[in-house]
This record gives sequence, C-alpha cells and structure tokens, in this order.
Amino acid sequence: MNKDRINKLLNQLPTHVIIILTMIIWIVPTLGLLVTSLRPPEAVGSSGWWTVFAPQNASGPYATYCADCHGVDGKALPQADLSNPELIAKYPRSLQLLAMLRKPINGQPHMGDHPLPSAQEAADIATYLRQGGQEAASQFTINNYIDALVGYRGQDTYRADCAAGTQPPDLKCNLSDILNPRGMGRAFVNSLLVTLPATFLPILFAAFAGYAFAWLDFKGRFLLFALLVGLQVVPLQMTLVPISRFYAQIGLNGTFLGVWLFHTGFGMPYAIYLMRNFLGTLPKDLFESAYLDGASHWTAFRQLVIPLAMPAIASLGIFQFLWVWNDLLVSLVFLGGTTPVMTYQISNMVTSLGSGWQVLTAAAFLSMLLPMIVFFSLQRYFVRGMLAGAVKG
Amino acid sequence: MATPQDISKPATTPEIAVRRKPVKAPSAAPVPEIMKQGPLVPWLYLLPALVVMAFFIVYPMINTIGLSFQNRDGTASAATTCREGQPCWGVFENYRYALTAEFNTSSPGAFWNSFWSSSYGNTIKWIIVMVFGTVSVGLAFAVLADRVKYEALAKAILFMPMAISFVGAGVIWKFVYDYGTQQNQIGLLNSIITSLGGRPVAWLSTTPINTYMIILVGIWIWSGFCMTILAAALKSVPDEILEAARVDGATEWTVFWKIMVPIILPTITVVVTTMVINVLKLFDLVYVMTGGNFQTDVIANRMYTEMYKNFNVGRGTAVAVVLVLAIIPFIYYNVRRFLEQEATR
Repeated sequence: MNKDRINKLLNQLPTHVIIILTMIIWIVPTLGLLVTSLRPPEAVGSSGWWTVFAPQNASGPYATYCADCHGVDGKALPQADLSNPELIAKYPRSLQLLAMLRKPINGQPHMGDHPLPSAQEAADIATYLRQGGQEAASQFTINNYIDALVGYRGQDTYRADCAAGTQPPDLKCNLSDILNPRGMGRAFVNSLLVTLPATFLPILFAAFAGYAFAWLDFKGRFLLFALLVGLQVVPLQMTLVPISRFYAQIGLNGTFLGVWLFHTGFGMPYAIYLMRNFLGTLPKDLFESAYLDGASHWTAFRQLVIPLAMPAIASLGIFQFLWVWNDLLVSLVFLGGTTPVMTYQISNMVTSLGSGWQVLTAAAFLSMLLPMIVFFSLQRYFVRGMLAGAVKG
Repeated sequence: MATPQDISKPATTPEIAVRRKPVKAPSAAPVPEIMKQGPLVPWLYLLPALVVMAFFIVYPMINTIGLSFQNRDGTASAATTCREGQPCWGVFENYRYALTAEFNTSSPGAFWNSFWSSSYGNTIKWIIVMVFGTVSVGLAFAVLADRVKYEALAKAILFMPMAISFVGAGVIWKFVYDYGTQQNQIGLLNSIITSLGGRPVAWLSTTPINTYMIILVGIWIWSGFCMTILAAALKSVPDEILEAARVDGATEWTVFWKIMVPIILPTITVVVTTMVINVLKLFDLVYVMTGGNFQTDVIANRMYTEMYKNFNVGRGTAVAVVLVLAIIPFIYYNVRRFLEQEATR
C-alpha cells in the first residue's frame, strides 16, 4: 500500500517539477515588480530585489572589513570619520566604494592584509554607512506609490520634499496633488473615464445587433454576419490614420468622446459575434409565447433578452474592459499627453527614463491593480468569452 | 454562447473544410413565423452598430488604401515624391519605400542580413518563435496540469499575464533584463548569470538576441490564452479512448501524440491562426521595450513610427496596407471556419 503510494508519487514527480517550475517562472517577474515598488530608492539601485528575502545584516560586512581600523562607531580615525555624512555621500554605491578601497593610502593598500569586500558586501557597507551606521529601520516603504500617484520626479521623495518645503513647482503638497497631470492618480481617473463608457457602449449596441442577427428576419442577414466575422481580424493600424485626420478636422483629437467612439467601433464585430451566438441558443418557445402574449420586439428585447443575456454581457464586459484599460496604441494616438491614461503615462516613463525603477514599478503595479481585481473575481466569464470568440482586433 | 465543445468541434478537419464545395448559406436560427414584423424593424436594431462599424472600420480602411498612394500629407500623388536618379515606382512609391527601404541589395549576402534585421524579418521571427512557444507551452501545461491537485491555481498563474497590459509586462521584463554595472546587477537574469560566473549581457540592445528576448515576454503573456483554449479542447477528448489505449499498453507519450493531438488538431489550428494574427498586430511590447531600436522593429511598430514620429501619412498607410495584406489569408480562413460551423450547427 505504502509502496504503491511512493511509486505513484515518484511517477508523478517530473510532472510536479515541470508545473511548479513553470509557475515560478511565471510569477517571479511580477513578484520582483511588486517587491521593488515597495523598496526605498537607494536600496533599489544598490541591490537586487531578491535580497530582501535574505537575512539582512549590514553591520556584518562593516564589522568584518572596516571596524578594525575605523572603529565600531566609525569615529576611530578623525581624518576618515565614517559617521560624517558629507564623506559618506561620495561613496553612494558599491562601485565608488570599491574604487576608493582599491586606492592605496600613504603607499599602503587601503585594506592592508584584509581581502577586498565583494560587490554585494560593498553595497551593504555603503547602505549601512549612508543610514548613519544604523540598521535599516525598514526595508519597505510606500513612498514610491505616493511619488507615482502625484507624479513626483525630484531627487528625494515627495514626502521628504514637502516636509522640507523644497517640492518641485508643479506640486502644492496638499490633496490636489493627487490630480497632478503628470501623476498616476490623474491617469487612473482618465483611464476610468475612458474605459467605462468604452465598455458600456459596445455592449449596448452589440445587444441590439445581436438580437437582430439571432431573432429577426431580414435580407442579407447571413452575408452581413459573415462580413462581420471577417472584420474581426482587421488590424487597428489600418484605420488609425484616416480617423485621426478626421478627428483633427472636427476637433475630436484629445477628447474622451473620440476614444469612446473609436473603441466602440472596433469592439463591435467581436461583441456582436458573441452576442448573436449566445442569443441564438435561447429557446425559441420563449419568444413565441411572449409574442402570443402580445409582446413586441422591443418588449421582448428589454424584458427577455437583456436579463437572459447577462452571462454574455458579463463575458463581453470584462473582455472589453481589459482590452480598453490595457490599450496603449489608441490612447497614444488620440489622447497622447493632453489627457494621459495609465498605459501612456508608464510608457512615457519608460522611454524618457525620467524616474527610477522604484517609481516606475510602483506606477506599473498601480495600473495592474484594477484589471487584476476584475480578472480574478470574474475569471470564469473571461474564460467563457475567450472560448467563444478567441479572436479580438 | 459557445461551450468548450463548440470550439473544439472535431466534426470537420481543416483539410475537409478546404475541399468542400462552397457552403450554402444556412439561416442562423430559424425565426418563428409569428415574430416576423415590418421590414424596417431589424435595421433599426442594427443601425447603431452598422453606423459605428461603417465609420470606424470600413470607411477608414478604404481611405487608408487611398492615402497609401499619396504623398506625406495626403495632398498629392505619391509619384511626386520620387527623387531624380533614385529608383521610383511611380504611384506605388510608398510601397517601394515600405517594401524595400530596409533592405541592402548590394549583394545577396548583404540582402540576407538586412532582411533578417528588418521589420519583416523580425515579424517572421516573431511569428515562428512566438506561435511555436505559446502553443507548446500552452499544450504541455494543459496536459500536465490536468494531473495535479492544484490544477486551478497553476492555470490561474499561467493565465494571469493576460490581465496585465503589454506596457506593464514590458516594465516587468525590462527590469528582469536590466543591464547594470559589472559589480552590481539588479536585473534578475544578469544576476543569475554573474552569480554562476558568467558575464552580464545587455539583453535588449544586443542584436540579434534582443528580438528573441522580447518574444519571450510575448510567450509569457500569451501562453495562458493558448493553454485555456487547448485545455477546454482536451477535456472533450473521450476518457474511454484514452483509457483503452493505456490498457493496451500505450505510453503517455504515445497517447499524447497519437490520440490527443490528432483529436484536438482543429483547435490547435484555430489557436495557431489566432496567435499569428495577434503577433502581426503586436505593437506595444516592442514600443515599450526598445522602441524598435537595435534592429527589433516589427511591421506594426514601423507603421506607428512612419505615421506618428516621421509624420508621413503616405508611407505609414502603405505599411498598414502591407500589414493587412499579410492578414487577409487569415480573414479568409476565419470566415471559412465560421461557414463550416454554421453548416454543422
């Protein structure tokens, strides 16, 4: 009995190893993003994010390499007082510190008989000294998220700058900063304002059209629908230029209305396809009896179709929501920097390299938050919609 | 709503589908006699959808084709942009640019090299590597995850990147690929390499590996999609057949290749074509990770560059038309598949 179980386990082992390994590869990069977004800037630049999982003891390397000469508190040598912040500021990272340690002092090697610390140890020593010889109070901070939300691009942090009164001119250090056009807070609002109508409109129009394709008789019904199936795979790139030229003429460039309409037009073929296929599976008797009771198409549509189509509407809703929220190209072309959405703001941070990794990762995580919640709470509907359509322009 | 069975419907294999005579147009679902109303009613229901589609898809497509034969701001024929002493295709001048500008035709060898570093060569690399990668990871994972208790969790994790934008994924992986200094690697990949004694690599600016590194991100994003659809198809493979084969002594390997794969082949075809379309249209990842620099350009990003960075309407639209020409076979296939499905409904 026991032997059987062990045998079974051994047979299954390769499967488990492959699956768990794949899961790790899939989750680790995102984990790195999350961890980095919570670390203080100097830590992000000087050591890998995975070091937060190792026991941190910055005083260890210091004690090993420096305490003999500089003293436990760093004050043993008056000319090289390691508790002096001005001196320490010259060696912010392992690179500068190691360069200094390699330089001889008075013709003698700096480190004497001691070996040079490794890059990682040097980074730990630099961090330790920068913190005034204190163990880091906390490895984690939410400052990056605040900086990302208000669009802070200075050298320190938003909170520190505001406390010192040295904030950049575009920040006021009050609640209004959260709507600073350069920040992710404003971009979040913009993304929401773009996404909600651009999700609702296609569903509404598709429900109408889907009902017509499924339950109304008209000439060219099949041909028109086949055409629609073909339109599903037309690339966005094919239509951008004429629309943006037209928008420029009538002043719709940079407006929400323009983006809503564009997303509605482009979401249409897939949405109608899904709706019609779903509505087509509703039982015929249902409609017949409604008609015998004297219902019109309009009544049937409002009171039968819409409530019954809720599963399809949910699938479609989450699909369209994720599509619009995560879209970069359309908002890049039609909204650009005038009303930046989250994806635009992040791509801008990446390409202009205006801020460090800590703010970039925080911004990226902020943009992923809402889709993640929607996705994991409504995953069932998402999968269903995907299985039904599988193609989206 | 199509159930998983609907998608994987193995009723017609693709070969049969192609050979079959044109399908007679069947009515989608018979409309009950009693529901027939005035001839205008259906069009009222269709009106909003048809108007937005006509305006945002059909009209711009036609307009784009027209613009691709014009100069940089759409005011004169493309033939006027020809320069003396340079090759010229007359009114097709933008297509000459779109199709040949990236190539070095001085010698066959130079042409070969320039082709594989052009947006066309890169797009072909994308199609081959990404489609193969996503389908094989998706299929392998669908088969294997079926056998463990934590199937749901495993699948959710593989599927999670689907919720992340390409921009977000670009940031995540740019950080993994980060190329620091010799002493200090904060990028995961280079850190692993240096800790094993290797030398760090500038993953995103070293040609030709950079294209493949971005493709890996694409595989990370899309494998979950392939896995979900293929897993649904696998569930429809009858257990009795699998059991019978196993009882007869077939190894798991044989069961997979000789039974599972043939049965779900139609679904695999659907996934492959869907992925090819997705890859052809893919723009965001390249835009965020390298901006098309270091010879990582693809057709979709090149269109954006011509149109919104070089502000050349004619050339931008010509590249877009080339892109759509590449997609036309898949539009045809899509409609064909739809007609098949309707016929067997």
